[in-house]
Amino acid sequence: MSAAPQDGRPLGLLAELTYRCPLRCAYCSNPVDPGASAGELAFAEWCRVLDEARALGVLQVHLSGGEPLVRRDLPGIVAHAHRIGLYTSLITGGQALSAARLAALTAAGLDHVQLSVQDARAAEADAIAGRPVHARKLAAAALVVRAGLPLTVNAVLHRANIGSVPALVALAEHLRADRLELANAQYYGWALLNRRALLPTREQADAAEAAVRAARRRLGDGRPEIVYVPADLHDDVPKPCMQGWGARQLTVAPDGKVLPCPAAAQISGLAFLTVRQAPLEEIWFRSPAFNRFRGTDWMREPCRSCPRRELDHGGCRCQAFQLTGDAAATDPVCRLSPHHALVTGIVRDAGERPAEPVPRRSPPCGLNSCRAPHSSSRPAGSRRPTCPCCRPPCSARCRSAAPVSGSATSSSVPG
Amino acid sequence: MAGGGGVRWRLCRGVRLGHDPVRDTGVLLHPEGVLLLNETGAAVLALCDGTADVDGITAALSRRYAAVAAEDVEQFVRRLARRHLIEPDDPTETGR
Repeated sequence: MSAAPQDGRPLGLLAELTYRCPLRCAYCSNPVDPGASAGELAFAEWCRVLDEARALGVLQVHLSGGEPLVRRDLPGIVAHAHRIGLYTSLITGGQALSAARLAALTAAGLDHVQLSVQDARAAEADAIAGRPVHARKLAAAALVVRAGLPLTVNAVLHRANIGSVPALVALAEHLRADRLELANAQYYGWALLNRRALLPTREQADAAEAAVRAARRRLGDGRPEIVYVPADLHDDVPKPCMQGWGARQLTVAPDGKVLPCPAAAQISGLAFLTVRQAPLEEIWFRSPAFNRFRGTDWMREPCRSCPRRELDHGGCRCQAFQLTGDAAATDPVCRLSPHHALVTGIVRDAGERPAEPVPRRSPPCGLNSCRAPHSSSRPAGSRRPTCPCCRPPCSARCRSAAPVSGSATSSSVPG
Repeated sequence: MAGGGGVRWRLCRGVRLGHDPVRDTGVLLHPEGVLLLNETGAAVLALCDGTADVDGITAALSRRYAAVAAEDVEQFVRRLARRHLIEPDDPTETGR
């Protein structure tokens, strides 16, 4: 009566519909520089991607970003996914989730909403998000519950909010969330850039785990269920990243690039194809990039003979690449890695010499080939108007763009 | 109560039972992921419709399959309940 075994086909698709987002969270794991992109996939392309994913075996699609609600065609994407039998989760910041938009998504067949909060305390949450959005998020949570959809509240934990675990549990209870996901920041993209500012101390990480244990004891089998993603760099056993490279999940980035995980594009030497270049099935089964770290044959020592090799898959390829320059190295989080001292040094260093976080900026929207720099890099005194597609301002040209999939009228937040 | 003795089970909010034509297998879709089911697993879940307790599920299964043990059904049901995939139909029952 147990579950059937895995069969080499993916179960989940992370559909990153856009990198645009009105929030400025320094812990964002989106790429700092998404590079020269051909713009976002259009609606018809996403429908084709979903069809190909379903035929490949995908049963669940996580509609994410960036902020997926900046795309006006989101209900159509949900409807298509639902029609072909996919379970749909919306991964959102929630600040643009009005009653009308939620009604459209629910009617389209949306199955589940995961809503991020930045802290349980409004002022602190707004400071992390870079926008006064906490109150709107709470209102969005209430709408989701009222609509009868299951609600997961997600909080990314880092130095500034990791002490709020008990308050986050109380908030999730108050919101009547089904699930609370407390995920320590994963150090990719902006979060990697901000690692020294974000990394909690070991004492903080231990206290958070103790708070989670206490909350679980108190809640028993009741709601919310607490999902805890530990602070990876404080550990000495690597995380079973993605349950293995090209094993169960795939990511399609906003420009159509197909990746084993959202952070993999940075690994040099791997050629990742886009959905415009090849069908998903071919990319999943036959592309060299997806086969590069599948299974255990690629491993060297100490992974190759390790009894845990089928459990943790050697850890995270992206982290190995980021810290050692070699994506085939053992994840340095592992105490058996010859590079493990790097990780203990990073944790120690962040505790002794903390830094100020750099707020995330949205990439240019890509509409009308907009590639102009953002407000933070524009010359002082320049008076560019605010781009309707992406905030902060990127270019006057954007402004004339007829919003294609989206515009920011409801997603941009007064700030 | 521990699953039997009248606790009737149903799928939790946001949990869907389906069939995957690609794998030709039953599937349980839920917010955190997907469970691929074998035939009896799918049959048990199809009976978790708020009307049957473990004894009722076992009896219904016994009409279709040989040698269905109530304790196997109960174990399976408990495991799913712990993962918040099914819950007692009557919210005042803890069932676990």
